[in-house]
Amino acid sequence: MHETMVAQSLLEIISAESQKQNAKPVTAKITCGTFDAVNDEVLSFAFGAIAKDTICEGVKLEIEHKSLKGQCENCNKIFKFELSSPKCLDCGGDFALLPDGPLLIETITFESE
Amino acid sequence: MYKVNLGKKILSANEEYALKNKQFLAEKKKLCLNMISSPGSGKTTILVRTINELKGRLKIAVIEGDVQTELDAERIRATEAPAVQIETGGSCHLSAAQVSSALKKLPIDDLDLVFIENVGNLVCPSAFELGENYKLAVLSVAEGDDKPVKYPAIFAKARVLLINKIDMLAKGVSEDFDIERVKADARVVNKDIEIFPLSAKTGEGIVQWCDWLVKAVEELKSD
Repeated sequence: MHETMVAQSLLEIISAESQKQNAKPVTAKITCGTFDAVNDEVLSFAFGAIAKDTICEGVKLEIEHKSLKGQCENCNKIFKFELSSPKCLDCGGDFALLPDGPLLIETITFESE
Repeated sequence: MYKVNLGKKILSANEEYALKNKQFLAEKKKLCLNMISSPGSGKTTILVRTINELKGRLKIAVIEGDVQTELDAERIRATEAPAVQIETGGSCHLSAAQVSSALKKLPIDDLDLVFIENVGNLVCPSAFELGENYKLAVLSVAEGDDKPVKYPAIFAKARVLLINKIDMLAKGVSEDFDIERVKADARVVNKDIEIFPLSAKTGEGIVQWCDWLVKAVEELKSD
């Protein structure tokens, strides 16, 4: 449900940028980590609801989820972390989790004049 | 069509407030813990126990977050500790701006430690920095031992995990709750997490937890 606040912040960021560009936004690309716990449907729905009758109405959110990565303390290899098998996939060594996220708005696409 | 690169943190407005809170607390050398759990895990009962246990040793205040009512703040005030209630009116987490105004209402110079009792919710609050030194996760026996696997974010981000209601284990009420599984699963996502099993009801385990708090406050003051 925190997606509503994420949606509100997105609306503010995209609206401000649209004003700066003096153009209509079309899509926004977002990346998030595992622990940001963003649900695509909930975020898109919340954003659609608050964007109504604003410059952001109809903007499509493209949400990319970045998987959590671990780095093996034995062989230094970086691998996709799975909660179900928390060991290095190569050598079975212990690992450190690499930083997750952050929740970013990467790009906005605008209509050309 | 053309594309504009932003690379901007979506929650940067919240993070700016969180940073201000952090600086404020650091200047005053006050420890601040952001307490996160499901509703009903016993956060307020733990706080009441903790405040009473540490009377004369640590001066504690609480910022209470709930969707509705002043009930929790009243329970804290009954211990004579200062408490500020934030009613979120529906929001599932506290924001740094709310905490910022609550901090101003506390007699901060008279305190050692501020707890922020977040809205009961195991998911959303962990995504919002409030300016705390540490996150404090609470899991109660009644909720089941699979929660660190199902909701890893808070266990990954917390400095301390309190496993509450262990009196239920002794009574055989929740005998299928595997406390070692909880510890192991929490440590998969967070190697250094401190774990204190306790019962806020009977007081078992409270001393070890309170000793950790006293040490954390001392460390902060001597920094």
